[in-house]
Amino acid sequence: MATLRVCGLTKTYGYRHALRGVSFDLVEGEVVALVGANGAGKTTLLRVLAGLVRPSAGSVLLDGRDGAVPRQLVGYLAHDAMVYDDLSAEANLRLYARLYDLAAGERRAAALLERVGLAERRHERVRAYSFGMRQRLALARALLHRPRFLLLDEPASGLDVEAAALLDALVAEQAGEGCAVLLTTHDLSRALAASRRVLVLAKGRLVADTPSDDVTPQGLAALCRGEPAPDAPISPGGRP
Amino acid sequence: MAKGDLARAGTRPSSVAWGRDPLGVALLLLAILAVVAASAMALLYAPREATMGDVQRIFYGHVASAWVGFLAFGVACAAGIAYLVRGARRWDALALSSVEVGLAFMAMAVITGSLWARPVWGVFWTWEPRLTITAVQLLVYVAYLMLRASLDGPEQRARYAAVYSVAAFVTVPLSWFAIRWWRTIHPDLLTGGGGMAVTPAMLQTLAASLAAYTLLYVALVRQRLRLEHLQHELERLRGEAEDADAFASSPYA
Amino acid sequence: MSALRKAWALAAKDLLVELHTWEMVSAMLVFAVLALFVFSFALDLHGAVARAAAPGVLWSAVVLSGTLGLSRSMAREQQARCIDGLRLAPMDPAVIWGGKALGALLVMVVVEAVLLPLMVMLFDVPLLRPGVLWVLVLGTLGYAAVGTLVAAMAVNTRAREVLLPVLLLPLAVPVLIAAVRATGALVEGAAPAEVAGWTRLLVAYDLVMVAVCLLTFGYVVEEG
Repeated sequence: MATLRVCGLTKTYGYRHALRGVSFDLVEGEVVALVGANGAGKTTLLRVLAGLVRPSAGSVLLDGRDGAVPRQLVGYLAHDAMVYDDLSAEANLRLYARLYDLAAGERRAAALLERVGLAERRHERVRAYSFGMRQRLALARALLHRPRFLLLDEPASGLDVEAAALLDALVAEQAGEGCAVLLTTHDLSRALAASRRVLVLAKGRLVADTPSDDVTPQGLAALCRGEPAPDAPISPGGRP
Repeated sequence: MAKGDLARAGTRPSSVAWGRDPLGVALLLLAILAVVAASAMALLYAPREATMGDVQRIFYGHVASAWVGFLAFGVACAAGIAYLVRGARRWDALALSSVEVGLAFMAMAVITGSLWARPVWGVFWTWEPRLTITAVQLLVYVAYLMLRASLDGPEQRARYAAVYSVAAFVTVPLSWFAIRWWRTIHPDLLTGGGGMAVTPAMLQTLAASLAAYTLLYVALVRQRLRLEHLQHELERLRGEAEDADAFASSPYA
Repeated sequence: MSALRKAWALAAKDLLVELHTWEMVSAMLVFAVLALFVFSFALDLHGAVARAAAPGVLWSAVVLSGTLGLSRSMAREQQARCIDGLRLAPMDPAVIWGGKALGALLVMVVVEAVLLPLMVMLFDVPLLRPGVLWVLVLGTLGYAAVGTLVAAMAVNTRAREVLLPVLLLPLAVPVLIAAVRATGALVEGAAPAEVAGWTRLLVAYDLVMVAVCLLTFGYVVEEG
């Protein structure tokens, strides 16, 4: 059982704290929602876990081993699709397949394009894609190398009903296959419905780490504002 | 439990007592005295040069300024590398201070070089190797400061400045060889291979100038560093005040 | 080596994009040709004067149009935050530098391939010689190498690509001098020893700058 243990993660920009002593665990097969107000540090946390931002202090342990999580194991999806406009969807995925040293990369790319419903338009330049299609391609890119840890930053924002359903299906699929999923969202009810556990970030601090069944959307909203929730048990921070 | 360099996070107060700095003031006064003494040597003690006359006396200040100009950039580059490796902001503060002071000396070197060139060769500027390389270094200095000015995040600014200073520092010797060889093959007919008749007294004066200007450099960098540290302190206090504010109403403070 | 293959994959991606859009090449080529004309008019270059000035004009055009290409190359990675996509991949950041620098080098060589015959015609100077081509490649290599490093920084500043020439040109002084002198020596038929000396300087520059780029590029793409 792969466990990602985050311990006292802190990130400062100059003298401004974006994250303060954040600690929690991520377990294989678990879908965890991360919520918080704008500027609470959700994106920063995800970027640190993805290896894009170096933390000022704290550690990330994978299966007890210290150091950053190997990038081969991490899949990251953000608002920016990270795909090249002037290439086709297929060319984009083929490039990433090469960068991730994937055996049979072309077949994997084709299979994923099929899965996200872009197979018919795979030869078109991404420039011609709608936002929803780009996000689907970005999802394919994130899943290309079969990551063990999937980090999704507001994956559902801007998606139409069909694409959102596809996203949910894929997330459930990945979790089923043993992937640990951490996703951020502003839709609190959706967060509780889709996940087993929810983390709440307020001004860089982890103020709650609770099973989704134990808290209501209203409680979550209160926590995001930095107030104690009327109905939920609070466990601020986790490990010291 | 927490790994990582807290100094990088900037949460540790400055460990140097910068409130008052008697040593720095003494150093500055000493340096000024030294420069005055060296200038006196250049004007009075050094002999009158055979071909160029009294105007040659500016040469001591010119060479000393250029020497400090290059030394300062070397220090900045080394400090930059220290920052990249260690991550402590004080290395970046040293790099910036050294560049600013070095720029002033380099500008001085170019101006005195020009003032020297006019009476001797009749032109304000010539692409003679030494003048040219000081001009190139001056451009590098300016580029470095423009790079810093165009970046907002303090860590990113420090990192980029360090990388640029390393890249620049490495090209300067290469530029020197290129320029010198260029002027060997295609000499500037104005300045030609002309040298000076050098006597021991001249060498002594030059050594005195070098020492005095270097001392002035150290004193000025110290002052500039002090300013930078005060700036950091201010930012840190501001950050702490904002934090305290932010958590004033929260039960999770 | 896996790293080299990945760098090549990146460079190939840039070339593929170029093939689709012709953005970089067209901008660089038009600018370079315009530079030729501007120099010719401004300096009244004709006959023997033109022949003597040709190496300088060639390299000025290459260096100046190069800044356009380098800016564009790094700006492409900004859009949709593609640079983050590259950083996510399990490879040393130096591989990103290698791929981008290689791509920039190849595009610059293509532009030079068009520029050279054009200059032969306009300036009546025998530039199409193996020696000149070799100097062209060596010089462009060093320039593209350090140019990619500096462009990666410039593109993240407030002034953006406008800052690139200010930052890059002081660092390119050795290349400019050595390449122009070497080309001039070759064209005038000077002693081989002289050409060899300049070529050695170019090689030294290339080696040193590539080493610096490999060591420091990681710090440039790093965040926080």
